[in-house]
Amino acid sequence: MRRNSNLLNKLDWTTVGLYLLLMLIGWLSIYAAVYNEDHRNIFDLSQRYGMQLLWIASSMVLALIVMAFDHKFFSVFAYIIYGVIMLLLILVLFAGTEVNGSRSWFVIGPFRLQPAELSKVATSLALAKLISQHNFKIHHFANLFKIGFIIGLPVLLIFLQHDTGSALVFASLLIMLYREGISGWYVSIAAFTAVLFILTIIWTPLSILLFLWIMSLLVYALLNRNFTHAIVTGGLTMGVYFLLTEVILPNFELHDFFPDRLFLVICAAALAVGMLFTFKKKIRYFWPVLLFFIGSVSVASSVDYMFNNLLKPHQRVRIEDMLGLQEDLQGAGYNVHQSKVAIGSGGIIGKGFLQGTQTRYNFVPEQSTDFIFCTIGEEWGFVGSLFLLFIYVMLLTRIIMISERQRDHFARIYGYCVLSILSFHVIINIAMTIGLAPVIGIPLPFISYGGSSLWAFSILIFILLKFDAVRWN
Amino acid sequence: MKNLADKKNVITGVLILFALTLVARLFYIQVIDESYKITASNNVLRYEEQYPARGLIFDRNGKLIVGNKTTYDLMVIPREMQAFDTTEFCRIFDISYTYCQTLLKDVHRRRRKLGYQAAVFLKQVPAELYGVFQEKSFKFPGFYVQARTLRNYPRNIAGNLLGYVTEVDTATIRRKPYYKIGDYIGKTGIEESYEEALRGQKGMSIYVRDVHNQIKKSYENGNHDVNAVTGQDIVCTIDSDLQEYAETLMRNKIGSIVAIEPSTGEVLAFVSSPSIDPSLLVGINRNFQLLQQNPLKPLFNRAAMSPYPPGSVFKIANALIGLQEKTLTTETRYGCALGYKVGRGVECHPHPSPTDLRQSIQMSCNAYYCHAFRNIIDNPKYETIEDAFLKWREYVERFGFGKKLGSDIPNEQAGPLPSVRTYDRIHGKGRWKSLSIISLAIGQGEIVATPLHLANFTAIIANRGYYYIPHVVRHVEGNPPNPKYAERHYAAIDTANYDPVIDGMYMAVNAPPGSGATARLAQIPGIDVCGKTGTAQNPHGDNHSVFISFAPRKNPKIAIAVYLENAGWGAQWAAPIASLMIEKYLNHEVKRDYLEEHVASKDFINKPKQQSHEKK
Repeated sequence: MRRNSNLLNKLDWTTVGLYLLLMLIGWLSIYAAVYNEDHRNIFDLSQRYGMQLLWIASSMVLALIVMAFDHKFFSVFAYIIYGVIMLLLILVLFAGTEVNGSRSWFVIGPFRLQPAELSKVATSLALAKLISQHNFKIHHFANLFKIGFIIGLPVLLIFLQHDTGSALVFASLLIMLYREGISGWYVSIAAFTAVLFILTIIWTPLSILLFLWIMSLLVYALLNRNFTHAIVTGGLTMGVYFLLTEVILPNFELHDFFPDRLFLVICAAALAVGMLFTFKKKIRYFWPVLLFFIGSVSVASSVDYMFNNLLKPHQRVRIEDMLGLQEDLQGAGYNVHQSKVAIGSGGIIGKGFLQGTQTRYNFVPEQSTDFIFCTIGEEWGFVGSLFLLFIYVMLLTRIIMISERQRDHFARIYGYCVLSILSFHVIINIAMTIGLAPVIGIPLPFISYGGSSLWAFSILIFILLKFDAVRWN
Repeated sequence: MKNLADKKNVITGVLILFALTLVARLFYIQVIDESYKITASNNVLRYEEQYPARGLIFDRNGKLIVGNKTTYDLMVIPREMQAFDTTEFCRIFDISYTYCQTLLKDVHRRRRKLGYQAAVFLKQVPAELYGVFQEKSFKFPGFYVQARTLRNYPRNIAGNLLGYVTEVDTATIRRKPYYKIGDYIGKTGIEESYEEALRGQKGMSIYVRDVHNQIKKSYENGNHDVNAVTGQDIVCTIDSDLQEYAETLMRNKIGSIVAIEPSTGEVLAFVSSPSIDPSLLVGINRNFQLLQQNPLKPLFNRAAMSPYPPGSVFKIANALIGLQEKTLTTETRYGCALGYKVGRGVECHPHPSPTDLRQSIQMSCNAYYCHAFRNIIDNPKYETIEDAFLKWREYVERFGFGKKLGSDIPNEQAGPLPSVRTYDRIHGKGRWKSLSIISLAIGQGEIVATPLHLANFTAIIANRGYYYIPHVVRHVEGNPPNPKYAERHYAAIDTANYDPVIDGMYMAVNAPPGSGATARLAQIPGIDVCGKTGTAQNPHGDNHSVFISFAPRKNPKIAIAVYLENAGWGAQWAAPIASLMIEKYLNHEVKRDYLEEHVASKDFINKPKQQSHEKK
């Protein structure tokens, strides 16, 4: 008893409060999203809101169980837990049930369990265990390989279940790696490559080239702490470019000879050389910048080539679908469109609780799971959305604070894993409902309907709280 | 490289940056951009228009002339469409595969704009096909049938008078926002002039629906719903039996018949021939172009719109003006040697001479009216010829000529009267005299009148001095009678002056053979018919045959004007038609079968064709 009361005193109640508040918002939002006049009772177990209450209750029980464990259990058994979950991920490929095209569910009676959700916890523990080893040098190739393996294995297995969204979540662990010593450049390059990959598919080659040219100038400016050169060069390039395209080409009908991208490469190269000679003495980092430019152009070109020539049409459609590129309003484009309509129609203060029409009448698909934010946006408006974002930002900064105050490296690294995963979920989920990110189908933590994700997020956060509570021991 | 602990600030900063991006985006779509709110209400509200039945039109005896019938429009909601068996679909609706493909392509093109809204796919599906479709409708998701009422014409008469109902065009929609694409609107005739009464008011129910277009509930408890108001019925003044009979008589003839009840101004029959068959114009305008291209202009309502020279029937007006101005007495006699020989002269037909006023009407003597007219214009009472002419013109105007009578017949034309300026222009100011305008004496020259004017003029004679504005609608359901039509309009002639004129008109019809009476064909045993023939010369070909008439002589029940284009003498065709009409109206049956047959079978339109046949 003493130990328990001690624990309760040291528990970070702010986080717990935010956690409970989010779950309450989630429960009410699900009630509003699938509200049905025949089942007004919010405790009705035949409806999702009734079930969600069950999930919330069970999550709290799980949280208590987690708190009851000795904290050493998680660090000692991290690899074992990781192994078991990986086995489940493999098992689900064979014994799982397919739901919405993803073979990622174990169905046991009325309950469904998604091991991919739990794999986030397991991977975080395993990474924390690996990186917190004494004298662990994160930049050693062998170590990077180990990290890559720990992250890559669940990603691969989840990809095999056709659950792309959950697999992409693991990319967020770069945040933790950045905190633990990986150079910001690598993170930037990785993030930039990912963005470039998506942009190459979305944008036209000319826009990509223009974008890369500007990015190169930015890199140059950042490296040299000198924006004058960059602005002068950028201005010159744009000037020459517009002079050529708007004045010379139309008047001399040379367009057939100069396809756009070749043209831009030529004028960029010409200007780069010109820049080299003009600012010869002061220039530094010229080669890295040129390397960056050429590297990105080749990445973009190969992605472009791969996408348009190597992929089969149905694979292309799948990627376009994932990126929300499908123009067809019946497909993924429809979801985003309807979701924006729902959120946009909320206005400043929203339509009021249970007054949302877009979500309740099923215009928004998945309105209680991945698109639950629509209900909040529609019924509570900009004010409500802002409030929710504020709570999330509070929770996330709280997690950063908690992680930073850990003396135990394991706990800190684990904390950053939790932060990475939660941030990714929150930002990408909301961004996808308002058309800022591709629709990848991941839940909004603590709010979206679903037992597995709620359990996983609860375990994720309470392991951290457990470590935090015992950090003085 | 930065201190590892500093990185937490970078991470926090980046997180907040992302959050702010989301906030900015939310602010844009929730607060700034209004389009999402509109889309949302379009998404969720289903507007169902309720089309009221159009008002019915009855004749003066309560017989239905224009009714309604139900038709079915096949509607489609593009978003609910699924792949279906087009072959079977085409077979059910009896359309060709290619036509079906065109329709589907069109729907596909508009699908985004329509979303969950329904659009008309096929119009006016016959009831039998609708029945077949209902049984199989489950095979065609997204399609449903909406009932609409269309016009139905049990008797197919009075097309030009009734007008027709057709789909509203875009220009009208722009002007009158009440109408939406696919709505029906009355065109021409009563359908147009009484459109607002007949159409009623469309109703609107607003429902909240879900993504499957399933109605969940009324929007705000139906507070915004509007109930449809059924169109008001109209009782018109037409006698449908008489109208039908008139149309039979006018078959294959170009011209008009207007019959008026003098004691009320109610129009009993109104024919403009060739006429339109309103049933051909119901709904879809497929026949409209045919009618428009017809060289005989059936859409042109001659009876109220065509200004004709009135011809000899106008002599009555001059006789009355002369009597009123006292430039003529009933005993004034003028000789006629086959015409009036002063100036260019006016020819006349052979008849006993000299004549007094009554005889001049009976025999329609041109010379007599040249004298009479010159007496009016050269009346020393007036200082100048212009003054005398203006006085004459005033009398003519009081007979209703040269102006719109203000009837409820659409597009009624004024048929302007000549003015002093007209003749100044022709002859030069001050350079014309009574002889210059002598054609007016016999209703030729610059004077024009529509058949409606002539019928109204006849009603004035029948009433001995006044008219009620002719009108075709007696009563609009729920409205008080229009006081405008209960008001007497007096011509400027004393009642006593009508008697000698009416005597002349009576004699024209009833005088014994050999007396020179012009309209003996109009005689009806047992009925005192009064009439006046006219043979209007015109620059477009054969003379027009004109006849005005009323009966009985005492307490007249019907006044009628018949105007046949290029049909020769007034006595030859117009008079018997008027006579048959009177007989039909007063006796309800026509005993002169031979005359009826003779008149009805006469064909003026296909004449040239027959000749070419004969040549072969």
